[in-house]
Amino acid sequence: MSKFSKKSDKGLPAVSTASLPDIVFMLLFFFMVSTVMREVDLKVKMNQPSATEIKKLENKALVDYIYIGAPVDARKFGTTPRIQLNDAFATVDDIQPYIEQKRAERNEAEVPLITTALKVDKDTKMGIVTEVKQELRKVQALKLTYSTLERIERD
Amino acid sequence: MAIKKDPPEINASSMADIAFLLLVFFLVTTTMDTDFGLARRLPPPLPDEMEEPPEIKQRNVFVVLVNANDQLLVEGEIMDISQLKLAAKEFIANPYGKEELPEKELKEVPFFGNYEISKQVISLQNDNGTSYNMYIQVQNELARAYNELRNELAEEKFGKSYDMLVERDDEERVKAVRKIYPQRISEAEPKDIGGAQ
Repeated sequence: MSKFSKKSDKGLPAVSTASLPDIVFMLLFFFMVSTVMREVDLKVKMNQPSATEIKKLENKALVDYIYIGAPVDARKFGTTPRIQLNDAFATVDDIQPYIEQKRAERNEAEVPLITTALKVDKDTKMGIVTEVKQELRKVQALKLTYSTLERIERD
Repeated sequence: MAIKKDPPEINASSMADIAFLLLVFFLVTTTMDTDFGLARRLPPPLPDEMEEPPEIKQRNVFVVLVNANDQLLVEGEIMDISQLKLAAKEFIANPYGKEELPEKELKEVPFFGNYEISKQVISLQNDNGTSYNMYIQVQNELARAYNELRNELAEEKFGKSYDMLVERDDEERVKAVRKIYPQRISEAEPKDIGGAQ
């Protein structure tokens, strides 16, 4: 037999998979560091407006979210815009306890730094938004952010 | 007698599976989106016994009204949102010292010496039926007017834009620029003319 046929007898050597766990762990750590836990399941439609003069929300641990928009499940809940706190629908009266509860969860020194982020759907009317703002004033939660998307302007 | 043997090697082939499982879990439960937004400060709640607020002269107030059909009325004139920024800029700075635009007051500002600061206030009032999108656009245009003026001023004085000063944490210069163009947007309680919802 020639030299060549001898070689083909052996078959391909198996590819070593010993480094596979390392690669996967690397990916895992990347995702653990660069992402945050999903806050809630959205029950309202969320099509945010866009703006240019915006700031990035710093320190997400100190941000409370209030969602306002028309319910996703329109057959069950209608199309009137609703407020969502945590994972459930709420009314304007629930906002004060919600803010108080969020304050109680945190360190006292951090309380003045808490920001409330309003995530409101584009098509919502201002009436409900103003009511929410008045409630926030009553509980002295004055740091507010209107959450928007980023719009790039070409000058 | 026991024979000295190397301990058997642990089979690590399932490590990859475990790591994959964890990876998938994190992919599903976390999000990467960064939040952006317009930062504002609400006025504190009004005390029960109100003192008479100081009188503000008509010429110092820039009245912006938005109705339930998302139309703008600025200083008594109908205006398109694209013109709002320019109008606001002219009002805030009052570069030619016009009679009907805000008064100016000489004040000592670090880096600038005595500087004429206008006593401008922007008053924003919307209807309960105004759409949130329109509200944000108006807020955005007003913020843009302030930011552009600040940028121009900082560029002229320090050779750097205001945004750059903020980025570099140059607090004293940022404060000086802010003192000349303080962002004063006052929101009146909304009216309910256009019918809410």
